[in-house]
Amino acid sequence: MSQETKFNEETLATVNKIISRYPSDKSKSSLIPILHIAQAEFGGWLSPETMDYVASILKIKPVEVYEVASFYSMFNLKPVGKCLLEICRTSSCWVRGAEDVVRHIEKRLNIKEGETTPDGMFTLKTVECLGSCGSAPMMQVGASYHENLTLDKVDSLIDDYRSLGKQRSYTDLDYKNTL
Amino acid sequence: MGKKLLIQHVNVPNIHTLQVYKENGGYASVEKALKSMTPNDVVEEVKKSGLRGRGGAGFPTGMKWSFLAKPEGVDRHLVCNADESEPGTFKDRYLMEKIPHALIEGMITSSYALGAKSSYIYIRGEYFYVARILETAIEEAYAAGYLGQNILGTNYSLDLYVQVGAGAYICGEETALLESLEGKRGNPRIKPPFPAVAGLWGRPTVVNNVETIAAVCPIVMMGGDEYAKIGIGRSTGTKLISASGHINKPGTYEIELGLPVEEFIYSDEYCGGILNGKKLKAVVAGGSSVPILPAELILKNDKGEPRLMSYESLSEGGFATGTMLGSGGFIVYDETTSIVKNLYTFARFYHHESCGQCSPCREGTGWMEKILHRIIEGHGKPSDIDLLWDIQRKIEGNTICPLGDAAAWPVASAIRHFRAEFEEYIKNPQGIKDVKHYYNVHQLA
Repeated sequence: MSQETKFNEETLATVNKIISRYPSDKSKSSLIPILHIAQAEFGGWLSPETMDYVASILKIKPVEVYEVASFYSMFNLKPVGKCLLEICRTSSCWVRGAEDVVRHIEKRLNIKEGETTPDGMFTLKTVECLGSCGSAPMMQVGASYHENLTLDKVDSLIDDYRSLGKQRSYTDLDYKNTL
Repeated sequence: MGKKLLIQHVNVPNIHTLQVYKENGGYASVEKALKSMTPNDVVEEVKKSGLRGRGGAGFPTGMKWSFLAKPEGVDRHLVCNADESEPGTFKDRYLMEKIPHALIEGMITSSYALGAKSSYIYIRGEYFYVARILETAIEEAYAAGYLGQNILGTNYSLDLYVQVGAGAYICGEETALLESLEGKRGNPRIKPPFPAVAGLWGRPTVVNNVETIAAVCPIVMMGGDEYAKIGIGRSTGTKLISASGHINKPGTYEIELGLPVEEFIYSDEYCGGILNGKKLKAVVAGGSSVPILPAELILKNDKGEPRLMSYESLSEGGFATGTMLGSGGFIVYDETTSIVKNLYTFARFYHHESCGQCSPCREGTGWMEKILHRIIEGHGKPSDIDLLWDIQRKIEGNTICPLGDAAAWPVASAIRHFRAEFEEYIKNPQGIKDVKHYYNVHQLA
């Protein structure tokens, strides 16, 4: 296990608080929330080292972590860009122009769906319904919902994220539409 | 203006704070239940109210509660299903984001009724910011003595926690949700045993939708009999409807059950009519899983009577000519919508979300997506329509959980009502760009 795959004390305190929500012999219940934190802390994806580290915290077998991490679509098992642009494309978003948003971003960033820009800044991903149907089309970036998108709005969001230069992680975001 | 019981104060500034929520009558049901009612009294009021599960299935809540096993010395749990993922549905998000204490109050009153000492709200991972709002509200509730030890000086104690998921539609199915809450893959369990007997960690558990739990507060306050007078027939009370698609005013609306569908679509109080003055082509009335209906069958049933927003009226005529109220995810499509392409987005969704446990669903959803993809890419064969029909029939009813049915019904209903459009699309994929021509051209199976 590499040196850097370790939570700092503050994060470890948060992790222990989450574990305490469950009966002492049911601490595996905290696996998903802890994987979210691990993903945010260790580069936006879950490497085998990261998953093994989480297994060691919960005293469970590594395979119990792998099988969960591979089931849920929010867990990235491969590296992604600093900003993961997730565009919803299911029915309500589709009828309100989600395809145009995807094509526009592909052209603007010169990447295809599923790819990352060469500078490692943006990854474009299409996703299924995020519960924003009444404010379609929409895009999720980190914990932020960006809704009622127009192509102009998409352009300025990309500019804003690029100038921010990093992804705000799940652990330091507390309200929507904060970059 | 219909009666509003859940979001009538939604525009009051700072209604998300405990103080303002209390000033507007909040937490009264906790006071009333804990101080003047037995847990069983609360269950009885919920039974009398006729409240039905607001997540989609519409099962009577009081009956579900009365199934809860109560063995001596075993903890039992209330789990709130906030995994709202049914395409077209965003009402729970709206309620939790705007009035988080409405859910927390409902969780306390309902947990008291069920004798739960620790309760969980399982919320989809993408709603991370909403989970933060709920956690802040829960902290306020602890500080005000509505949660924790000896609530309001009574001998009832409760802890309430929020758990986030990580992107899986299937976790909205209650046994998959419980698996996920236990830190596992969201594979639905074989029933029986039902969660009421063996749920979270094998303990007796009730799983209820956000809106269902929030509705318990007005029921306790007004009494079940009074609540049952609202609405129509066995569709009692109010319902949150998420309206989206080609309408002037998308958003979440609280309606009194029994409102005419036509009024809901065209009245300025609700959807405000079709966007850009176009004509209505079709509606998915209760989330992506329920059958799509063409305009004339959603506005009127097959007897020519006005269709109402109620469990019974929407399902009038069975699947041949009717649909379901479902989750209240109301998606409206105008005359320019390609039913074939729209169906492809649904088929792709269900393929993506199938957990993979049961072969008919795992394989069938993939085949339906592939066939629809080849049709919209212009490589469809005339026999593909019957092939899709055959596949969906072999999924329906042959899976552990209802996701199989949910994947089959949109395909079946689109073919049932819009077969001519599929045929034309396959024959002439370029020319079909103007799908207007197929407005109201459908064949009833």
